[in-house]
Amino acid sequence: METKNLETKPKYTAKDFSSDVDVKWCPGCGDYSILAQVQRTSPDFGELKENIVWVSGIGCSSRFPYYMNTYGFHGIHGRAAAIATGVKLANPKLQVWVATGDGDSLSIGGNHFIHACRKNMDIKIVLFNNKIYGLTKGQYSPTSEKGKITKSSPYGTVDFPFNASKLADAAGATFFARTIDREPKHMQEMLKRAAAHKGLAVVEVYQNCPIFNDGAYAPLTDKTSKEDYVLYLEHGKPLVFGKNKDKGIKLDGLQPVVIDLNDGKHSVDDCWVHDEFDTDPTRGFILARFIDMDHMPTPIGVFRQVHKPTYDEEYWNQVEYVKSKKGAGDYNKLMYSVNTWDVE
Amino acid sequence: MAKASKIVEDVTVRFAGDSGDGMQLTGTQFTETTAIVGNDLSTLPDFPAEIRAPAGSLSGVSGFQLHFSSSEIQTPGDSPDVLVAMNPAALKVNLPDLKPGGTIIVNTDSFDDKNLRLAKYNSNPLEDGSLSNYNVIPIPLTQMTMETLKDMELSVKDKEKCKNFFALGLMYWMYNRPIDVTLKWLETKFKNKPEIMEANKKALMAGYNFGETTEIFTTRFEVKAAELPKGKYRNISGNEATALGFVTASLKSGLKLFLGSYPITPASEILHELSKYKEFDVVTFQAEDEIAGISSAIGASFAGALAITTTSGPGFSLKSEALGLALITELPLIVVDVQRGGPSTGLPTKTEQADLLQAFFGRHGEAPLAIIAAKSPADCFYMAIEASRIATKYMTPVVLLTDGYLAMGSEPLRIPDFEELPDISVKFRTDPEGFYPYLRDEKLSRPWAIPGTPGLEHRIGGLEKQNIYGSISYDPDNHEEMVKIRKQKIDNIANDIPELKVDGSDTDELLILSWGSTYGAIKEALRNARKQGYKVAHAHLTYLNPFPRNIKDVLDKYEKVLIPELNTGQLALLIKGRFLKDVIQLNKVKGRPFKVAEIENKIYEVLGGTNGN
Repeated sequence: METKNLETKPKYTAKDFSSDVDVKWCPGCGDYSILAQVQRTSPDFGELKENIVWVSGIGCSSRFPYYMNTYGFHGIHGRAAAIATGVKLANPKLQVWVATGDGDSLSIGGNHFIHACRKNMDIKIVLFNNKIYGLTKGQYSPTSEKGKITKSSPYGTVDFPFNASKLADAAGATFFARTIDREPKHMQEMLKRAAAHKGLAVVEVYQNCPIFNDGAYAPLTDKTSKEDYVLYLEHGKPLVFGKNKDKGIKLDGLQPVVIDLNDGKHSVDDCWVHDEFDTDPTRGFILARFIDMDHMPTPIGVFRQVHKPTYDEEYWNQVEYVKSKKGAGDYNKLMYSVNTWDVE
Repeated sequence: MAKASKIVEDVTVRFAGDSGDGMQLTGTQFTETTAIVGNDLSTLPDFPAEIRAPAGSLSGVSGFQLHFSSSEIQTPGDSPDVLVAMNPAALKVNLPDLKPGGTIIVNTDSFDDKNLRLAKYNSNPLEDGSLSNYNVIPIPLTQMTMETLKDMELSVKDKEKCKNFFALGLMYWMYNRPIDVTLKWLETKFKNKPEIMEANKKALMAGYNFGETTEIFTTRFEVKAAELPKGKYRNISGNEATALGFVTASLKSGLKLFLGSYPITPASEILHELSKYKEFDVVTFQAEDEIAGISSAIGASFAGALAITTTSGPGFSLKSEALGLALITELPLIVVDVQRGGPSTGLPTKTEQADLLQAFFGRHGEAPLAIIAAKSPADCFYMAIEASRIATKYMTPVVLLTDGYLAMGSEPLRIPDFEELPDISVKFRTDPEGFYPYLRDEKLSRPWAIPGTPGLEHRIGGLEKQNIYGSISYDPDNHEEMVKIRKQKIDNIANDIPELKVDGSDTDELLILSWGSTYGAIKEALRNARKQGYKVAHAHLTYLNPFPRNIKDVLDKYEKVLIPELNTGQLALLIKGRFLKDVIQLNKVKGRPFKVAEIENKIYEVLGGTNGN
């Protein structure tokens, strides 16, 4: 990560990143936690406040830029990634963040999401996933579980949901992390990690919508159950979970299997050790599939982080290369580069 | 034996053949050479939307028309004097356009049963007397090319491909053109394929020498250099001119040029062209779709770039929601719409002027923006600069309308000195003192405050905002006020553009009012009609929104106003609605530009033949 600004950077606090606009989310909305964690961690993003830009589309989550005291652009439905791409390409010095929801990013903006991942644009996407359309008042979203009953699916949905992790992975995202609105410390860590990543980073936040989809993630957030349902991913550590750290995950071929660490037959040495820098996407994909399987816990943490050149970096390198070959652009060279003739 | 040389004022030539015959290439080379000789010229490429329709079929015919002259001209010519037809289909498709008594150079080798059948000829037109009114010059082009290249180690297919250069060489001889421009071009083009280069060179020279030696031709023609305004010239197509105009605007303004675009015919060439100019810090972003194209440009504009997006009809409609966003955030943005035949996919490679109302009204809500239109290929250069000037000065999206005819057609551009071009000075806001995002200057423009500037952090977006302060506001009175301000801001541009000029006098009996690419045909029709004694005036609209401030005065001076358009009457509707002025329409929606004669005939019809003489 570039540190050029750090020496002169003022000592920011969360307050410096809070705008004077009244926050208008519903009481109890998970978005409040995301806003708080972003504001708390922004001083650690390694960038001057004026160089940070938040871009959004449409939806509850997309009101986010108004509440940040940085540069902000509230766009149109689904297009945040495309707008952010233009900002970053036009001025690669800026640190560009996208605040987007599951509907905004995976439905109407699906095309832009996958292509931003594919190009490895150096932008950070915070994906607020509440598995529902909130702002349009409660229709199912592309992450809603099959059979979901909503206003637009009174008999249950018949379509299969997207799995953001699989999608981002397949599209070429170089960083994917998942966190939960009720895990502030964890979320802060994920945001800082995303800020430090050079390239496209997706942070999926499981976030509760108390009005239209309350409790969608209840097993993952209820104190009594969460340790059995949540798997914390840490690089170099075995995949272990459960109240008493008594359950582990091992790989049986390509099949993940939950093992009992107290059954006398298994030990922590049998567990799959998480390698977030694994350049082979196979294990990452298996990890991403956990949420599609009934018997597996939900992983949170950094799934993977790989390093590839970013689009904006490659673009401007090419510009420099062309300049070194051709020299800087000049009007006369431009106009006289072809056959010309004189009229006396 | 030296052959007689006859001086003629102007000539229109059309090359026609299969899509794979290299007709566009042949036409472009003839154009390049003609430009260098110093003729005034105008071209019209015409090709099918399919990349390679079946060989020999009527739908696969590709043509390139070139009009060149020793005096000033405005159009690629109504009807060719000479048709070079590489096969029966090309002959059949193009014959109706040929001048009576015109010359047809045909490749007789291609007139076999198969090709005649494909072209749906019942008998061979070269033998059945149906071409008796033309000067037919039958030449076994393929055979002669093969003979020329018989000693070369190339496949039969590669050798056959050279026949267009044989034909080109012949045409160079016929019109006294030098062949060295094309020889030089071949050397660069086929640098890495020396055999192909050599073969084409041989074919070109053989064609030229054939003209010199054969008994078929007794006369060759000469078109002297045209008397154009003094200066340095280059040939330029509309799309090239648009691209160069934007690079120039970027230099003039000191802003980085950003193009967010998605390929679409006939606009793609602007993207191709701009992609070459990385040494000018030009960013060309080939987006995943039209919406990403314009959205990325909006982001770039927010970040302080001179942002443009290029498209054609169907893409323009996809961009309309985002265009509204650029408008309400009051960011400079230029949308180039290279109009083509519509609706829907319509006629992708053909021209039309039917997006005018879309440019005016194709958005939700009250959403006025600036609209300007180029009138000729070279004018695209100036209009790109003008669009950039207006967009940055008034903090508004500008729609620049060109069309397929301008985009693909070419003409000489007198290369202006950099200093001659308009000033586009841009000042970003840097002072945090008293800053609000929607502060307004006397023109009602808001400040351009770009990310990276300390102390100016602010948020903008598509929600209605409170005037001056820019905070979200749902207040009914504020919304109405903002709607009015946004309109007034656009209307104010009228103070900053030239008045509508009339070519003619107040006593003329008819005013032709036009916009866009019909300019050239109208100018020539006007000249002809005046020679006949008709009293016709002409005013051409470069600025469509706002209209020039004196437009009503101009309209009021004439009882009869004729509006020729390549649509069913879109400008006419606006003029009638806005100024309650009755107008006479001349409309054509055939995917083709107006012929001079069509405009001329309408003038005679309107003025009843009793005018003048």
